Amino acid sequence: MATTSASGTEFSGEIPVSSEGVGEIPPGIGPWQLAWRRLRRNKTALFFGGLFLLIVVLCMLAPVYSHQIAHAGPADGFPDKQIHVGGTTEYVLGVTGIPIGPTWHSRFFLGADGSGRDVAVRLLYGGRNSLEIGAIATIITMILGVLLGVVAGYLRGFSDGVIRFGLDVLWAFPAVLLGVSLGVSIAVGGLGPIKGNSLYVPALVIGIVYIPYVARPVRGQVLGLREREFVDAARQQGLSHSRIMLFEILPNLASTIVVFMPLILANAILLEAGLSYLGAGVQPPNASWGTMISDGINSIPAAFHNVLVPGIMLVLTVMSINVFGDGLRDALDPRAKVRIAH
Amino acid sequence: MARFIVRRLLTMIAVLFAISLVTFAIFEAIPSDPAVRLAGRHATPQQIQQISEKYGFNKPFYVQYLRTMKNIFTGQAYSYTQGFSVTDEIKAGLPATVSLALGAGVLWLLTSIFVGTLAAVRAGRYTDRMLTVLSMAGVSFPPFFLGAVLIYFLGYQAHIFPLGGYVKLTSDPWQWLTHMILPWFTLSVLFVGFYSRVLRSTILDTVNEDYVRTAHAKGLSDNQVLMRHTLRNSLIPIISLWGLDLAQVIGGGAILTESVFNLHGIGQLAAQSIAGLDIIVILVIVMFTAFAVVILQAVIDVVYALLDPRIRLV
Repeated sequence: MATTSASGTEFSGEIPVSSEGVGEIPPGIGPWQLAWRRLRRNKTALFFGGLFLLIVVLCMLAPVYSHQIAHAGPADGFPDKQIHVGGTTEYVLGVTGIPIGPTWHSRFFLGADGSGRDVAVRLLYGGRNSLEIGAIATIITMILGVLLGVVAGYLRGFSDGVIRFGLDVLWAFPAVLLGVSLGVSIAVGGLGPIKGNSLYVPALVIGIVYIPYVARPVRGQVLGLREREFVDAARQQGLSHSRIMLFEILPNLASTIVVFMPLILANAILLEAGLSYLGAGVQPPNASWGTMISDGINSIPAAFHNVLVPGIMLVLTVMSINVFGDGLRDALDPRAKVRIAH
Repeated sequence: MARFIVRRLLTMIAVLFAISLVTFAIFEAIPSDPAVRLAGRHATPQQIQQISEKYGFNKPFYVQYLRTMKNIFTGQAYSYTQGFSVTDEIKAGLPATVSLALGAGVLWLLTSIFVGTLAAVRAGRYTDRMLTVLSMAGVSFPPFFLGAVLIYFLGYQAHIFPLGGYVKLTSDPWQWLTHMILPWFTLSVLFVGFYSRVLRSTILDTVNEDYVRTAHAKGLSDNQVLMRHTLRNSLIPIISLWGLDLAQVIGGGAILTESVFNLHGIGQLAAQSIAGLDIIVILVIVMFTAFAVVILQAVIDVVYALLDPRIRLV
């Protein structure tokens, strides 16, 4: 953002807007089709994209698993129950309070946690919560981030100054500390119609925390876009500012938005886990991968599976989004392709 | 030039003021009355009234704000729930946090420079792809999970490292080192994943610059061009990122790493205050961390402007 087009000439060529004019394109193929072709060739990205879809589907099936297979809800604890595993009978919680490990049977497939709850059931329900929070937070961040970035970059002047100041303030807080502060203060008493232990609280908090990460680069790109001929032409035709922003500027940001979405989603899920670990995210009795790890850490080393199981799911999910997102960026940004081949 | 610096400093002061206001507002926005919480479960309305008056919770917003800020900046801020001095607690946590920040900072900076350069030099080949996947894994590990896994396998199982805690450097340097190695590693993994990706793409951008072509044309070897021209310029964004991240970590930003390893630093102090809803302590930590970031950012901007006159135009 350091070198904006201060001169305002038509030679503002440093903005990777679309792939027009790159020699390798056969006639008749648009940039999106071209990107799809590149993505299709990237087997690693496709594999991890598929893995992510699989995790999403599994987590959405949590109620089915809970009712049909495990016969236990996410908050149901069976501390005194005995179960039959491979011919022997064991307590869900041993005499010393140590929960049973993975049974690999329909009940307590991945073992029990410290309150005698089924880890596999909680894993799926927790995943559903983590994914939902991540998705809502990403939508909030993208809408507000793009809106603020476009308005600041297009209108410049006073609006830009105000928005940039707000973003600077937000940016100065480390993500986890800001999230924790907001999460704690809202979780205690709720916010208007939203109850304190609602899943919307962490979603909203995370959505706000990441706004500058989107708004700042978008603003930079819009500063360049607004100097281009098609915007001049729109202005000559007498289009209003809001129409220009919506129908001229916004479509040109499409690839940037697509590239940012997986990045924000991955970080939102990570931040949710971090906040829940610290007690400022998902509140009990709701489960999330972060709260499960947080509960499990106290039972190390006796019941390490309580940390390992949700942790592995969390890392797999975030990593699959990251790798897929990286492939998406390579596919959408033709410059990167040219650069690597030099 | 002087005008640029003055303007930059004025913006900085405005941002600092806004930060203190925002931080205070976040915690003031808690709808439930802090006095009710402090008074405990079986408090009479009179007791709540007394506490409310003692801490000034019944005063208007700006009075409370000014009073809190005055207390913080004169070192008179005391924990609502435990009664300890916030300044003293932060001072007590500083050695652990600084040990974590400096050790991890050096580790993650050097590792990222190595990994990022290697990936850029081998761009598109097998090594690059391996490093890409590794850095993707690095940015996907939450520090508290990685820390728990390391403690379990290398602490409980293999007995190589201690299970957490902090030992003062002055009391036993060897114990200090063994207690810090896992936290350093855990904190670095995340940053290495991110920094090496940034460095890789910056190097790949720089390689196409005219001055790099000139350096090749005048007959320098590939290594000489890399070290003297490409790398030197590509490191600028990394170093400024590093400064800001280090400031965050020293201010308690490594809250997750500190809690999982039980380091009793500033981050863990913040984590404990969250659990106990000890608002004033979190307020001070969050505010000063944000202050550190803003001040450092301003210094970096001014140094950049001194080095490169083109930046002053913006």
